[in-house]
Amino acid sequence: MTTLTDDTLPATPRAMRDEMIVFVVMALLLASVPFTGVYPFFVMQALCFALLACAFNLLVGYGGLLSFGHAMFLGTAGYCSAHALKVWALPPELGILVGVAAAFVLSIVTGYISIRRQGIYFSMITLALSQLLYFIYLQAPFTHGEDGIQGIPQGRMFGVLDLSKPTVLYYVVLVGFLAGFLLIVRIINSPFGEVLKSIRENEQRAISLGYRTDQYKFLAFVLSGTLAGFAGALKVFVAQNASLTDVHWTMSGEVVLMTLVGGLGTIFGPVVGAFVIIAMQQYLAGFGQWVTVIQGAIFVVCVLTFRRGVIGEIAHYFRRSL
Amino acid sequence: MQALYAQLLVGLINGSFYALLSLGLAVIFGMLNIINFAHGALYMMGAFVAYFLLNLGGINYWWALLLAPIIVGIFGMILERTMLQWLTGLDHLYGLLLTFGIALIVQGVFQNYFGSSGLPYAIPDQLRGGMNLGFMFLPVYRGWVVVFSLAVCLATWFLIEKTQLGAYLRAATENPTLVRAFGINVPRMITLTYGLGVGLAALAGVLSAPINQVRPLMGADLIIVVFAVVVIGGMGSIMGSIITGFALGVIEGLTKYFYPEASNTVVFVLMVLVLLVKPTGLTGRAA
Repeated sequence: MTTLTDDTLPATPRAMRDEMIVFVVMALLLASVPFTGVYPFFVMQALCFALLACAFNLLVGYGGLLSFGHAMFLGTAGYCSAHALKVWALPPELGILVGVAAAFVLSIVTGYISIRRQGIYFSMITLALSQLLYFIYLQAPFTHGEDGIQGIPQGRMFGVLDLSKPTVLYYVVLVGFLAGFLLIVRIINSPFGEVLKSIRENEQRAISLGYRTDQYKFLAFVLSGTLAGFAGALKVFVAQNASLTDVHWTMSGEVVLMTLVGGLGTIFGPVVGAFVIIAMQQYLAGFGQWVTVIQGAIFVVCVLTFRRGVIGEIAHYFRRSL
Repeated sequence: MQALYAQLLVGLINGSFYALLSLGLAVIFGMLNIINFAHGALYMMGAFVAYFLLNLGGINYWWALLLAPIIVGIFGMILERTMLQWLTGLDHLYGLLLTFGIALIVQGVFQNYFGSSGLPYAIPDQLRGGMNLGFMFLPVYRGWVVVFSLAVCLATWFLIEKTQLGAYLRAATENPTLVRAFGINVPRMITLTYGLGVGLAALAGVLSAPINQVRPLMGADLIIVVFAVVVIGGMGSIMGSIITGFALGVIEGLTKYFYPEASNTVVFVLMVLVLLVKPTGLTGRAA
């Protein structure tokens, strides 16, 4: 199996320092958004997708497993959080917990099934499983089918943070994103992450060295799915609805696109990719289906000429690990 | 009982499409090591080419049955020459991503010009009407689709398993370098194989045009079901793809009769069950 990214360096102190510097810059930039006049709703939406793409990247970029069904975690967590908030009237923090727990359970089940096959079959299985869930949600009464769950109350987080105020909501989403992001970075730089990379590079050799690769892949799948669920739960507060769009395969495709554009197997790539793709959708909203055509064209161009992605190219040029 | 037979027939028809499409996927995967995500979009193109031939060129169904697979096949071969061939030696996933991109482009372009609603395509005169078989009423066109697809599937099987050309093809799948050393033009064979697989998809598209209407997204959901069919059957054997395709169509038809709520999901549920019991698929070797 040829490698995805030939220049992911091991987690040396210098690489860690670079990552920390870029992280602090990113966090400061994002924290200053409410003072710049940039539309906060756009940034919040992008942050949710960025977290989703980072979670997806954990699996594909570091584990070499291309999931084509990550929308199922986003959508499942979204539906469950939305239901908990609206019907059970739970406070926001518990609503998020319900969504994340649902994604956790779902990722255990789907991971157990899909990890049984490798490579291309894995992608097809995850896609088929997410389509299965799509049809279930289409028919299940609690999702309200085509209408989705609408008008979700945002409530007060921990009883004090009024999430209906855009600025408060913005910082809550930002903190959620940064926490999830740091957790992913920590996983990537942990011994577990190193083993995962070795499985991506050469699974047979990892097995011969005594690693139970199936367990590593399963754990990576569950972590990735659960974190994707966290992104879905946060998105409920931003969009105030949960709909079938979030479980459809087009959404899974968009997540793949974001990660590919930013750079597979780079730490910051998925964030950049998410902002690029969401911005593109925002500006091209008036062009109807041409957006789909452009997205397809980006896929083609990226695969043929730009496989490292934006951040991957920068990292390659400066010989750094980002 | 009439309804049961009717659903069985619908199942057989869907099974024909599953068989034709998964057959093409298997043939392409064997030679190119790529899962062709654009297969659904090219199936749709087959139906649209038939529609254009009829409405713009006045060319009837029978010619479309021959011409549409050739036209779409040539389009596929251009795709292979200009794009897919550069992926040799790269990770599998890039082939999936590239063909997914192609599918988005093709479907997006057609959606822009034709929206999401269906265009009608009339059943050819010779195949109109139906016959009474005693236990059920059989619309001639639907019977034709099943018989013709089965014949095409078997012809493909014969071509690959029993002819000289097929022997080269199978040899090149196993060891392209060695086959090249014998003086056989493997890159050209790869291009022709892609054209053949794509042509089968287009043929399925023409067959389905009078039944399912011609819609830009007619292949988008179908391809996901076909992926599940491929996971169940494995891509190791041509006959395996054909049998699994038809069998799953029939099972889906039966589900429509006995428990309609699950008819959309039954193939996926079966896929899960097969993965739990026999992870390599029914006919597949370890991947």
